[in-house]
Amino acid sequence: MADKRKQVCLKGTGLTKVFGIGRQQTVAVDHVDFEFYEGEIISIVGESGSGKTTLAKMLLGLIGTTEGDIYFQGKKRDISSQKKKKEYWKNIQAIFQDPFSSYNIFNKIDSVLLDCIHMRGGKKLPYAKKLELMTEACGFVNLKFEELTNKYPFELSGGQMQRLMIARIFLLKPKILLADEPTSMIDACSRATILDMLMQLRDEIDMTLIFITHDIGLAYFVSDSVYIMERGIFVERGSADEVILHPKEAYTQRLINDVPKIYEEWDLSTV
Amino acid sequence: MSNVMLEVKDLTTKYITRFGEDIYAVDHVSLKVEDGKSLGIAGESGCGKSTLALSLMGYYFPPLHYTGGEITIDGRNITGMNPDDVRKSVLGTEIAYIPQSAMNALNPTRKIIHFIEDVFEAHNPLATKKEIYDIAKGFFETVGLPAEVLQKYPVELSGGMKQRTVIAISVILSPTVLIADEPSSALDVTSQKMVIKMLRSLMNNGYVKSMIFITHELPLLYNVTDDIMVMYAGQIVEKASAKEAVFDPLHPYSRGLMGSIIVPEEGLRDVRLTAIPGVPPNLKNPPAGCRFAERCLYVRPLCTTHPVRLREIAGGRTYRCILSEEELREAYKNG
Ligand SMILES: Nc1ncnc2c1ncn2[C@@H]1O[C@H](COP(=O)(O)OP(=O)(O)OP(=O)(O)O)[C@@H](O)[C@H]1O
Ligand SMILES: Nc1ncnc2c1ncn2[C@@H]1O[C@H](COP(=O)(O)OP(=O)(O)OP(=O)(O)O)[C@@H](O)[C@H]1O
Ligand SMILES: [Mg+2]
Ligand SMILES: [Mg+2]
Repeated sequence: MADKRKQVCLKGTGLTKVFGIGRQQTVAVDHVDFEFYEGEIISIVGESGSGKTTLAKMLLGLIGTTEGDIYFQGKKRDISSQKKKKEYWKNIQAIFQDPFSSYNIFNKIDSVLLDCIHMRGGKKLPYAKKLELMTEACGFVNLKFEELTNKYPFELSGGQMQRLMIARIFLLKPKILLADEPTSMIDACSRATILDMLMQLRDEIDMTLIFITHDIGLAYFVSDSVYIMERGIFVERGSADEVILHPKEAYTQRLINDVPKIYEEWDLSTV
Repeated sequence: MSNVMLEVKDLTTKYITRFGEDIYAVDHVSLKVEDGKSLGIAGESGCGKSTLALSLMGYYFPPLHYTGGEITIDGRNITGMNPDDVRKSVLGTEIAYIPQSAMNALNPTRKIIHFIEDVFEAHNPLATKKEIYDIAKGFFETVGLPAEVLQKYPVELSGGMKQRTVIAISVILSPTVLIADEPSSALDVTSQKMVIKMLRSLMNNGYVKSMIFITHELPLLYNVTDDIMVMYAGQIVEKASAKEAVFDPLHPYSRGLMGSIIVPEEGLRDVRLTAIPGVPPNLKNPPAGCRFAERCLYVRPLCTTHPVRLREIAGGRTYRCILSEEELREAYKNG
C-alpha cells in the first residue's frame, strides 16, 4: 500500500500534452494530477494511444509539457539547462519496451555499463574497482560479464538485453524507475524473473517504480496503486485490489474482460 | 494430395557469428502441421523460435546456415533450395510469414495498397492495378477491414488496425502455411483479441490452410492453436495438444512456464510467481546432457551426463526427459 507517512517523490498537477496544431491537434495527456510516493509501485494501464508513453516522456523530461507542473521531492522540477537535466536523470531512469532501441549500436556493452558508473561519479575509480562493480551488476541479473565484454548489444538475445537494462539500473540506483512495457517481449517465465529483480531493487534502494503496461495481470500482481488511463485522462485510480477486483468504470471492466482466458471460454464476440 | 501441409524432419541450423563461432539455434527439430490445423510454439526468449521459423521456410541467408534435415511443404520437398528461389517461389504463396514486429517495419511513405501491389508484382505480375485494387477491396471486406484502409499510410492506422492489415496483406494469396511470429504481443488486450479473432476466422474459412503461431503468451496460444510445442535452448522439450500442454504439462520446463502465467484474479497477489531460477545454457557450447538439467528441480545424476531423447507416449504426445511419465507425475505430486 502507498504508505502515507512516506514522502511524495513525484507529483504532477494539471499535466497536459498537446501534439500538433489546428485541426491536426491531439490532446495526448489531458490535465492529469497524481502523487507518487517513495518506494511505491504504481501501474499506469490503458489501451493503445491512451497517452501512457507521452506521460512517461514528460516525466522523464524527454519532451516538454504543454501545461501543468511536475514536482520532484517537493520542489518544482528544473531542467532548464543541460546540466540540470543530467542531475535530474541521476534520479529518474527508464526502461523501454523495445530493448533494442535503448542502446547505441556503436557502443560495446562495456561502455554501456561504464557510463552508468561514471554517471554516479565513479569516473576516477581504478579499473579493477569498475570491473568489480560491472561484474556485480551482471551477476545481479544472472549474466556473466566475461561473456558480454567486447560484444555489441545487437549480439545479445532479447532476454539478455532486457537483463542488461536492469543491470544498468542496478548501477545507477535511481530514485524513480519508469518501465514502459518492460516485459511485453518476453515469456512469462523470464517476466517473473525480471519482476522479481525489479522488486528486489525496490526493496534495496527504496526506489519508486512506475510500470506502464497493457498487462492487467502484471499491474495487479506488482502494484500498490493502479491508474487507468483513457484518452489522456485518469478515469479510475486506487489500490490494486480496488481498481482491478472492483472496477467502477466500464472501460476498466472491458480491459479486464479482454484478457485472454484459459480457465473459461474467451469471449471473442465482444470485438 | 497429402493432408500434411508442412513437415519438418530433424532440422538443424546454426548461426555463424563474426567471431566464427557456431550457434546451434535449431537442433534436430521435427514437426508436422496438417490441413486445417494450427501449431503454437512457445519458449523463453532466445530459445530459437524465430530462427526455427526462418529455417523451416528454407530462408538461409547469412549468418544463418542449414546443416541438416528435411522440409516438405504440401508434398513439395524444398530441402536444399537456393534461398533466392525460396524468396521467389515459396514465400508469399506457399508460406506467408509475418516477422516479429513487422507492423513497425512498414515503409512509412507508402500507402497500404502499394504493399499489396508489391505482393502481386512478385507472384502475379500480369495483374493490373485496377484488378489488384478490386481483389484487395473484396478481401479486406471479407476479413472485416474497411476498404478505406487501402488508401492510408501506415502511421494513420492504430496499432491493432495496422497489425490486422499486415496479416491481411500476408495472406491475400491464400498460403498453405501462415507463420505468425508474436503477432499480438505489442498490442493492448482488446486489439489482441481482434487479431486472434481474425486469425481464427482465416483458418475457419480456409483462406489459410494451416498455421504456426509463435508467442510467449500461453493463454493466447491456448485460444488459437490445436497443438503446442515448447522449445528450450534450440530443442523441442514437449509437444502436446493445447489442452494437455496448458493443463497437464509433463516436462519440468513446460510446467515452470505454465506456472508463471499471471492473470488478474483474486488471491493471485498472495502467491509468489514461480520464476524458474537461472538462465538457459549458452548455445555456443551447450551441455552434453539435458539442456535444462542445471535449472531442473527434479534433476538426477544421469541428467547432466547423458543426452536425452524425445519420448513418445500415448496419444502422440512427446517430451524430452529421462524420467518416465509415471516418475514425473509422482515427482510433481510430491511437490
Ligand atoms: N510525436 C507525436 N506527434 C503527434 N502525435 C503523437 C506523438 N506521440 C504520440 N502522439 C499521439 O498521442 C496519443 C497518445 O500516444 P501514446 O504513445 O502516449 O500512447 P500509449 O498509451 O503509450 O499507447 P501504446 O500503448 O500504443 O504505446 C496518440 O493518439 C498518438 O498518436
Ligand atoms: N544474427 C544472429 N547471429 C548470431 N546469433 C543469433 C542471431 N540471431 C539470433 N541469434 C541467437 O540465436 C538464438 C535464437 O534466437 P531467436 O531470435 O531465434 O530466439 P527467439 O526464441 O525467437 O527469441 P525471442 O522470444 O526473444 O524472439 C539466440 O541465442 C540468439 O542469441
Ligand atoms: Mg506506449
Ligand atoms: Mg523471436
